[in-house]
Amino acid sequence: MSKDDNLYWKENIRILTILLSIWFVVSFLMSVIFVDQLDAIRIGGFKFGFWMAQQGSIYIYVILIFIYLKMMDKLDRKYHHEEKDILAEEEAAGE
Amino acid sequence: MSLQVWTYLTVGLTFILYIGIAVWSRASSTKEFYIAGAHVPPLANGLATAADWMSAASFISMAGIVSYMGRDGSVYLMGWTGGYVLLALLIAPYLRDFGKFTVPDFIGDRYYSQLARMVAVVCAIFVSFTYVAGQMRGVGVVFSRFLEVDINLGVLIGMGIVFFYAVLGGMKGITYTQVAQYCVLIFAYMVPAVFISILMTGHVIPQLGFGSELNESFGGGYLLDRLDGLHEELGFAAYTSGVRSHLDVLFITGALIMGTAGLPHVIIRFFTVPSVRAARKSAGYALLFIAILYTTAPAIAAFARTNLINTVSNAEYVSMPSWFRTWENTNLISFEDKNGDGRIQYVADPAVNELTVDRDIIVLANPEIAQLPNWVIALVAAGGLAAALSTAAGLLLVISTAISHDLLKRNLMPDISEKQELLFARIAIFFAVCIAGYFGINPPGFVAQVVAFAFGLAASSFFPAIVLGIFSTRMNKEGAVSGMVCGIVFTAIYIVYFKFINPAADNADHWWLGISPEGIGTLGMFLNFAVALLVCRFTAPPPQDVQAMVLDIRVPGKPD
Repeated sequence: MSKDDNLYWKENIRILTILLSIWFVVSFLMSVIFVDQLDAIRIGGFKFGFWMAQQGSIYIYVILIFIYLKMMDKLDRKYHHEEKDILAEEEAAGE
Repeated sequence: MSLQVWTYLTVGLTFILYIGIAVWSRASSTKEFYIAGAHVPPLANGLATAADWMSAASFISMAGIVSYMGRDGSVYLMGWTGGYVLLALLIAPYLRDFGKFTVPDFIGDRYYSQLARMVAVVCAIFVSFTYVAGQMRGVGVVFSRFLEVDINLGVLIGMGIVFFYAVLGGMKGITYTQVAQYCVLIFAYMVPAVFISILMTGHVIPQLGFGSELNESFGGGYLLDRLDGLHEELGFAAYTSGVRSHLDVLFITGALIMGTAGLPHVIIRFFTVPSVRAARKSAGYALLFIAILYTTAPAIAAFARTNLINTVSNAEYVSMPSWFRTWENTNLISFEDKNGDGRIQYVADPAVNELTVDRDIIVLANPEIAQLPNWVIALVAAGGLAAALSTAAGLLLVISTAISHDLLKRNLMPDISEKQELLFARIAIFFAVCIAGYFGINPPGFVAQVVAFAFGLAASSFFPAIVLGIFSTRMNKEGAVSGMVCGIVFTAIYIVYFKFINPAADNADHWWLGISPEGIGTLGMFLNFAVALLVCRFTAPPPQDVQAMVLDIRVPGKPD
């Protein structure tokens, strides 16, 4: 494994650690363990803990994946791991 | 137009659409048949994955389950979405880079062992059959309720349609049919939800109406406060607070999340895109499209619950609206006038309660309860069929590839030509459709119980084996196989004991550490990780070429 590949993998692991920590806090701490405490806060007709468990967590999951996509795009560019866009190339070739 | 005509029209049109797509997208090679030639654009794969994932259970039953469980229903909402984060970050991109056809392909190659491959094949087939039986039943139920045909005939029609596009087009046909099916099912789900939200709260977006004040005609006040109040009056636990212990909720959510990330019919969808980046992107799209339905479901649950209690509670039986009678005929609602006052007592105390309501009613009858127009009710039928058929097709493909590719080509008959393999794949899918149809017509009584099994099994077998296979170069076949076997055996024994051997003891007093059989997969997963890491320390490292392969799939864009 080249030195570059090693660094790429280390940075990849760092991105995963950050995003999965957020994922863990949202899923298990905010929506389950501390849900009753958060319920003391109200947003409109929602108790906050209840909203996290039935709505908020799902929105955050979607956002996390798209943040991951952006961060990995940046990382791939930094280490020149961009892939060929097969579909676009074929379209350009008139297939 | 009558409801009957509308239903025939919408269902007929969607079926013509699916058949049209099948004819257009025939598969001519094994690569096209197994993974659609790895040529599916990320957006299309996102749509197809969402349809593949959202089954008859998601479409028909989930809002109803949440409606009855209140806050505890979040185990399903988070459990069946949270796994996509793990899929996108830990699994999909690397397996796409690996670039073969199936999950057993990866397990078998990564752990350089036919035994590991066979364990994976058996798990994949078991999990998929468990699931597909429920889908075929769902098709039959929708047909019998909305089109008033016999339930068995409904199953046969469903089989015919799936058979046509799965055998002809393989993954290619399935993918593009699923794209169409997603559009049908999400439209069918959202239209009644939006109507009901406007009716009850004046909000167009159900997710907002859910946390808003009710219209004056419904008594005003915040919807959820009103629902908590109604629950308290009738003796139920408050809707926005849970009954289950936090620990159990944690373990069930965990098992569903890891199970999702380990289900072969979902993972295989990420083999169909052209690049690693496309795999990441399509996971994002998939969850976005799933989230539209999954954030609407709890809103429908709360609307329907309020509406139902308002309509039936202490009302005269003779003055019930017509939908009540219709659904009474299908035994999904039953009323027993215990105190003989001619009024419906719907309360928590089973000795006094007079009304039994099947949870599926929440989605199926919701448009009728809210008095929506006939074409909306007809849409629900087409949507339910789209959800069931799309999931069934994805599962059938996994079964067929497990047999023709993993069992025959990669193990028993490595010398067969591609043409022969393709023929075997088509034969396998034919038999899989027939077996699924058989289970749809003669549903085994244990379907509901084995769904917990499917997730527990996926969580305690595939998930750790795949993640360790990617993130540890040192993990060897001894570790992986013993981990999988320990995880599966532990999880299976716990579930079988409480679901089949001693169902009377299936309650919080007897559960180990207070963990229900639905949540035990999480513990099985930890056990798998622990055993695998321990055994691996004391056995030889994997061969050099396998370690090199692991390093290779970690970095995208390298030539294979």
